[in-house]
Amino acid sequence: MINLFEVVETNEMITKENLDVRTITLGISLLDCIDSDLNRLNEKIYRKIYDAAKDLVKTGEEISREYGIPIVNKRISVTPIALVGGAACRTIEDFASIAKTLDKVAHEVGVNFIGGYSALVCKGMTPADELLIRSIPLALSTTERVCSSVNLGSTKTGINMDAVKLMGEMIKQTAEYTKKDDSLGCAKLVVFCNAPDDNPFMAGAFHGVTEADKIINVGVSGPGVVKNALSKVRGENFEVLCETIKKTAFKVTRVGQLVAQEASRRLNVPFGIVDLSLAPTPAIGDSVADILCEIGLEYAGAPGTTAALALLNDQVKKGGVMASSYVGGLSGAFIPVSEDQGMINAVEAGALTIEKLEAMTCVCSVGLDMIAIPGDTKTSTISGIIADEMAIGMVNQKTTAVRIIPVIGKGVGETVEFGGLLGYAPIMPVNQFSCDAFVNRGGRIPAPIHSFKN
Amino acid sequence: MNRTIITVVGKDTVGIIAKVCTYLAENSINILDISQTIVQGYFNMMMIVDTNKATKHFGEVADELQTLGEEIGVVIKCQKEEIFDKMHRI
Repeated sequence: MINLFEVVETNEMITKENLDVRTITLGISLLDCIDSDLNRLNEKIYRKIYDAAKDLVKTGEEISREYGIPIVNKRISVTPIALVGGAACRTIEDFASIAKTLDKVAHEVGVNFIGGYSALVCKGMTPADELLIRSIPLALSTTERVCSSVNLGSTKTGINMDAVKLMGEMIKQTAEYTKKDDSLGCAKLVVFCNAPDDNPFMAGAFHGVTEADKIINVGVSGPGVVKNALSKVRGENFEVLCETIKKTAFKVTRVGQLVAQEASRRLNVPFGIVDLSLAPTPAIGDSVADILCEIGLEYAGAPGTTAALALLNDQVKKGGVMASSYVGGLSGAFIPVSEDQGMINAVEAGALTIEKLEAMTCVCSVGLDMIAIPGDTKTSTISGIIADEMAIGMVNQKTTAVRIIPVIGKGVGETVEFGGLLGYAPIMPVNQFSCDAFVNRGGRIPAPIHSFKN
Repeated sequence: MNRTIITVVGKDTVGIIAKVCTYLAENSINILDISQTIVQGYFNMMMIVDTNKATKHFGEVADELQTLGEEIGVVIKCQKEEIFDKMHRI
């Protein structure tokens, strides 16, 4: 039987260490909504999402109350809209009208984000893909809750450099279109290499075409819990350190598994995966950077950071895998800058640069995330940063991503406030040397060889 | 059986257990087990209860217990047992 100390431990994780279920994400396929008439398409999309998700928020709140665990976000992911809208959309305004429908239904059912305004172009772009990509700045500036993602490369296909170039331009344009909100649109736009089909986290969530009609994916979090557990083993060797992370990750993930199963049962939607991620928030103590400091670094970014992050990421996976029947999504440690007070402190102290963050993305769960850069950064430079990150993902057979915000009208040394879970960020300097000729070549980078590893 | 864990945390005072037990009895909630200790100077109590015959919904009971806790000056939480089972048992 459960004893008092176990109960106290669980409740302290929740009340003092910010343990929570970060998101229940309902994935919905929109493939059966496809229609060549735009009005009918929008109507079908609205109806399908509304019918599937009308009880999502209520169910999430019920589960939260019964188990005493906060469930921070309830969200929706849908089939990449480039596939759904291809038959009906002839202009960027046509595509943006679908974004408005998504935004409207998100408000109606009460979810805070809806992901899937996406295109999968890792090898080539159809006219619909390109049109959707070109509509992203308009879509993100005329909606509130829609998130957009574009998959630009994969280990199997290589990197679509035409799309990389285009995305550099679209990120800059999105920043321009949303400049009155400190270029907030870019916080809802991410590019991927090796994007997973079942990611519950925004901004990159979409419902993959390999998925069932509807699916429940759950993302857990708990950097504060890991940090607190590690504070009790200061000075111990790596074996003790790693065992502690694993045990903690196991406990955190079990909560996600419970919530996922309950949500699945109550909504009568199959359970997809638990994404066992350490996802920080701007709340004090809810920081991945603080874990790195607890492991033994003065600041995130100090020499040793990549190794510390590598072991953290690996132990989180090792501990979490046994705790859930299905693991997927992005699973690992996220390293966003603006959403993590410890990362912000490291940038402000001069310990952390974009180049070091890039190295860290080789071993973290995703990539360059929520990084504010000067608004006058050239589009080709943004494309160059994207290409570097895609190359890391392609060669290392991992998911990588770039969510970067050129803040129009602001420069290095200033800060930008996004609010809420998105936090605030100091604007980081970018390497000023040109990559114009590289980005402008066009075409694609071939898939890498998987032998002769060295 | 529908097992729920009720925890009471706060500064020790006279009559905490009596008040909580009275509330449970009035609402047909059966107490299966009680354990109590002082952790870091704080009163910590855990009850395992069976809510099968409870006259009210879970949410209502949880809310009323929370209010009762506020009156006594302690924090009372009401959570289904599975969250602890899942976390601490393989």
